Amino acid sequence: MKKILSGLFAAALGFATVPANAAGDAVPLPDYEWSFDGVFGTYDKASLQRGFQVYKEVCSGCHSLDLIAFRNLADLGYNVDEIKAIASEYTVEDGPNDEGEMFERNAIASDYFPSPFPNEKAAAASNGGKAPPDLSLMAKARVGGPSFVRALLTGYEDAPEGFETGDLSYNKYFPGHLIAMAPPLSEDSVEYGDGTAATVDQMAADVSHFMMWAAEPKLEARKNTGVKVMIFLIIFTLVMYAAKRKVFAKVH
Amino acid sequence: MSFKTNNKVVQWVEDRLPLISMGHHTLYEYPMPKNLNYLWNFGSLAGFALVTMIVTGIILAMQYTPHVDMAFNSVERIMRDVNNGWLIRYIHMNMASFFFIAVYIHIMRGLYYGSYKAPRELLWQLGVVIFLLMMATAFMGYVLPWGQMSFWGATVITNLFSAIPVVGESIVTWLWGGFSVDNPTLNRFFALHYLLPFIIVAVVVLHIVALHTVTSNNPLGIDMKGPQDSLTFQPYYTIKDLFGLGVFLILFAGFLFWAPNYMGHPDNYIPANPLSTPAHIVPEWYFLPFYAILRAVPDKLGGVLAMFGAIAVLFVLPWLDRSKIRSCKFRPVARVFFWIFLLNGLFLGYLGGKPAEGWYVVASQIATAYYFFHFLILLPVILPMIERPRELPSSIHEAVLKS
Amino acid sequence: MADGANPENSAQGSGETRREFLYLTAGAMTVVGAAGAIWPMIDSMNPSADVLALSSTEVDLSPIEEGQSVTITWRGKPVFIRRRGAEEIAIAEETPLADLPDPQTDDDRVEKPEWLILVGVCTHLGCVPLGQKTGESRGDYGGWFCPCHGSHYDTSGRIRKGPAPKNLEVPPYVFLTDNSIKIG
Repeated sequence: MKKILSGLFAAALGFATVPANAAGDAVPLPDYEWSFDGVFGTYDKASLQRGFQVYKEVCSGCHSLDLIAFRNLADLGYNVDEIKAIASEYTVEDGPNDEGEMFERNAIASDYFPSPFPNEKAAAASNGGKAPPDLSLMAKARVGGPSFVRALLTGYEDAPEGFETGDLSYNKYFPGHLIAMAPPLSEDSVEYGDGTAATVDQMAADVSHFMMWAAEPKLEARKNTGVKVMIFLIIFTLVMYAAKRKVFAKVH
Repeated sequence: MSFKTNNKVVQWVEDRLPLISMGHHTLYEYPMPKNLNYLWNFGSLAGFALVTMIVTGIILAMQYTPHVDMAFNSVERIMRDVNNGWLIRYIHMNMASFFFIAVYIHIMRGLYYGSYKAPRELLWQLGVVIFLLMMATAFMGYVLPWGQMSFWGATVITNLFSAIPVVGESIVTWLWGGFSVDNPTLNRFFALHYLLPFIIVAVVVLHIVALHTVTSNNPLGIDMKGPQDSLTFQPYYTIKDLFGLGVFLILFAGFLFWAPNYMGHPDNYIPANPLSTPAHIVPEWYFLPFYAILRAVPDKLGGVLAMFGAIAVLFVLPWLDRSKIRSCKFRPVARVFFWIFLLNGLFLGYLGGKPAEGWYVVASQIATAYYFFHFLILLPVILPMIERPRELPSSIHEAVLKS
Repeated sequence: MADGANPENSAQGSGETRREFLYLTAGAMTVVGAAGAIWPMIDSMNPSADVLALSSTEVDLSPIEEGQSVTITWRGKPVFIRRRGAEEIAIAEETPLADLPDPQTDDDRVEKPEWLILVGVCTHLGCVPLGQKTGESRGDYGGWFCPCHGSHYDTSGRIRKGPAPKNLEVPPYVFLTDNSIKIG
């Protein structure tokens, strides 16, 4: 009977993998290692800060980050004053004031990152007809997650012979290989404050790390809670098993 | 026997509303066959899942906004800003899958041990009603985050009704409250997604009333004949159910805390866009076998009828299976075909997740045909001709002593 | 229990104890587990991070002239900021405590006498008192007047007449500079 049970579970879970794998013809992603993988995984704050710098100096020209507020940067290890300073570099629209006019002011910690474009149509119009997607959930909205983002950022190469690219770029990992985004990163696109060499690989790793945090900011709390809950459940189950054995011992 | 106590107030209430007697009967002295195996845990597990879904769902509804412009972000606000919101939302998401896992195993157990046969026909049919209501609830719940899969799943599934001749188009417009899936659709799906679980609870109560009238089936499929065949619910099955719950929750916690999006789809983290369909639309995994049946039939109306027929056939199963023997333990041929049926169902699930092209189409058609063959021809016609059941033991007690 | 030495009896006895112990442990763990699962749900109804982020607000006082009042929103409630004139301050400071239903000196209610900062919610039943705009009734004591049930507040926002039991609440605030404050 135990065999039947485990078989059923395996089968049920087995076909749960179907949708995850079903997305098509992309090249298999490299097997990256992430600090947030595994049972006890956590984010690497230094990498998050570098990734944020890459977002700020490279990506944010075209890509919004709608769901992230400046106050969230506390997760990256910034303190209240640093967050205030970062926020004040941005202006946001507020209002209407008493005269009924909208006005611009410096952002504060509770504001959200402003979008580079006023609306989606404007974003599309400035980018050859296709609006650059928001990056807040990018690391959860693609098959492969952060590894896909990282592979994509390093996956630009010359199109194979006879492959017509037109205005688009060729990317090994993009489904269909034709991507509207031109290669965004080049050697030393940013200058890291902590002295890390800004290679394309390094920047891609950092910004994907940052995007994973943006998409799943509660990952550390989740794994942390999970370990405690799991320990409780295992003890709970062992006690119940012992009690069950004891109760059924006299049944014949 | 009615409850007696020296406390006058309790006795006064008890004489007018026998809550303690009812609780005592249901959770304490109710006789269960003593030979139940662990497959009989999945009823209580499904009940636990239902309660979990309702409790987390009510909490989520306090934070969710059913409007096309705000639904997606309100879910993300739950994930980011609400205290423990990520936990509650992930529990709701993953418990939906585990609810279906429990119910599918519960159904398969019923099929293997013949739990649908007399006198349990109504008990079984109420179960099928619960299953249907669950599917409706799950479908509407999946629409609420208003991601790409939400929107396009809703579009595709509601369009099924357009297959109905003459009035189909009007029905779809009525379902939508407009000319496409839009804000009115989202609002009514939210209202119904909140309502249906309570209707499920009501049907579950009937399911349990019916169960307590006819008592539980058991792996031998023979009736309890006296106290020597049975055990009281408390402490035997309370403790066994709690142990089963522990194992179930360990598996659940594995998904919840380390792979919460494993059974979901990445496209649902993209806000709904009515102008752009994702490359490959798939429903949640628990719908895949039925989705495969839908696509197997090359005709629109035919596909819809086949899909609903696949569930409707379960309603009449008690009269399709003509064998008087309940348990497959004593049915050497039916037992083999049970496993073929189960594999066929899993295969349909696999096909439902694949694009409708190439050999997948032919395979879906064969698997769909087999699904109906099993119920409509094999059980009522072929098995009675070829199967000779083994001899049944004279009582549960005797069989347990022998083993 | 003379026959307590009987091996069968004593074995049964310890078996009973063990069974009781297992029952108790099982019951206790079920209760703890249920409580642990319910707490996060209850806690989810407390103010969320985005709400807490808006729980303090900074106000620039420089555009407010003497004798002028502004109303800003803080935690979903109106906050009255009034730049008082010398006369108003004098009246507020000279009022004898014996005349007050809720005795409090003016000094206790302000950081700087020039600036009076109040939560604009009547302490009776939560209406917003009049007196912020020119032309509105300011009550018998020149402060604020709640039209719902006729409570009169003075130039320090203290209750003087009517059903309200307490003075208008002073929100927590600090002066960041001479001309800006942070409320909350």
